[in-house]
Amino acid sequence: MIDFVTDPLGQEFIRRALLEVGLISLAGGALGCWVVFYGVSYAAESLSHALFPGLVVAALVGIPLLAGGIPGIAIAALAIALIGRVPGIGRDTAVAVVVTAFFGLGALLALSPESPPGIQNLLFGDILAPSNSDLILSAILAAMVVISLVALHWRLLAVAFDRTTAGSLGASPTLADAAVLVLLAAAVLVAAQGLGTLLAIAALVGPAATARQFAVRVPSMMLAATLIGIGAGVAGLYVSYYAGVAAGAAIAGCIVVAYLAALVASATRALFERPLAATALPEAVR
Amino acid sequence: MSAGVLARTRELAAGYGRVPAIEDVSFDVEPGQRVALLGPNGGGKTTLLRVLLGELRPMHGTVEVRGRAATVPQTERSRLDFPVSALDVALMGALPRLPWWKRPGHTDREVAREALERVGVAGRADDTFGDLSGGQRQRVLIARGLVQDAELLLLDEPFSGLDVPAASGLESLIAQLAAEGRGVVIATHDLRQAQRWDAVLCLNHRQIAFGPPDEVLDREVLEATYAGAIVEIPGSGHVGVLPAHHH
Repeated sequence: MIDFVTDPLGQEFIRRALLEVGLISLAGGALGCWVVFYGVSYAAESLSHALFPGLVVAALVGIPLLAGGIPGIAIAALAIALIGRVPGIGRDTAVAVVVTAFFGLGALLALSPESPPGIQNLLFGDILAPSNSDLILSAILAAMVVISLVALHWRLLAVAFDRTTAGSLGASPTLADAAVLVLLAAAVLVAAQGLGTLLAIAALVGPAATARQFAVRVPSMMLAATLIGIGAGVAGLYVSYYAGVAAGAAIAGCIVVAYLAALVASATRALFERPLAATALPEAVR
Repeated sequence: MSAGVLARTRELAAGYGRVPAIEDVSFDVEPGQRVALLGPNGGGKTTLLRVLLGELRPMHGTVEVRGRAATVPQTERSRLDFPVSALDVALMGALPRLPWWKRPGHTDREVAREALERVGVAGRADDTFGDLSGGQRQRVLIARGLVQDAELLLLDEPFSGLDVPAASGLESLIAQLAAEGRGVVIATHDLRQAQRWDAVLCLNHRQIAFGPPDEVLDREVLEATYAGAIVEIPGSGHVGVLPAHHH
């Protein structure tokens, strides 16, 4: 039994993958809570898709993936902002146009006969093979996300609680939105490196949505989301190791299983709590 | 502005596009005054409150506010499913005096707890805001204003949706806050409440009247304020406003 647990840990590539899973969960879990509260899950998915051509170029040129991803994501964000300003085209449409165009461009580069084999890993990630520079860049970005979230916590909280009065409390909704999007771009870069541009969204939204089912305060929700991300990541790696399936897909699958379990648990609890709530006494203090 | 006045507007016009939502508004709020803000839905009450709060700039005329103003919004507008405690909400009142990267500290927590105690909900400090009753939520938001150290409190229809005991409890809290020298502006639909307060401002896109309730609240003013929505209560000589539709 103990061999079952320790065997994979003897492998260098599994240990590196675990480190990568930890970094993704750290950046994605905590930030994912704000992604859920600010309703920017669609933006998160769009950013991770728009990242694709930058990653392909980086892989073709042979530089760290994130070094290609950062300018790629900046260009995509700029294009979305510019096209969104064209009269008659809404923001939603602008996002759809840019994301499709960028993703298509990435596919064109990745699937050309001259491209080296294995480049399609960028779509589904290659969590088992991060280079040292990939890990260091991920760690820097994850640290930046966590430190920013600690500093900005109360401003983000005030805006998410009530946008209409947050301004009078010195918390600008515009700045809070911008901060969430910038940090989202950073977290997407970290997650896409391990899970690929198609599965990154799972690590960003899944753990937070799961934690939302039972956490009663934002900080405990962030902690729970991070732990759920790590748990699903570790479980996914073991599934991948023993069942011989793709690691990124196994991790995404475990995140979905965790979400469904929390959903069922929360629905069951609501079923038992409802009769109690109906007979609750009126509040003593009004 | 003379030292004794908390807020003053003169010929104020404000709005969101090119057409002002309110025009020609001139009134003063003095320390210790409860000012009822009467007017139909869409008549510009919230617009005026936003100008006093400094969120909306006047298009014309002047507005001066001494010290801090704090808003107590309708609680339906905040997210009731949001996972924050009553204490967290009161603590948000400490944000305006902190630099953006700083978190409220131990002293701020003490101030917030004291404010919750002042408004009578200290026992629910650690409960989720959305789980509180409507009256308790209003009190928590008033506590947030106290943490802001606001001299001018702006309450946007605080009584809507409250039952009679909750409303009368809130009314005595407002009286207390005014007795301590704060100015309280309260948007309301309840004429009988307005009659008990110190001044009435009738607003229907423009200022219809401003002054002590017994001088201002007559049939003519109310008809101009509420257009057709005035009813006379048979045999009592009282007039009332048809209940506003809440969507």
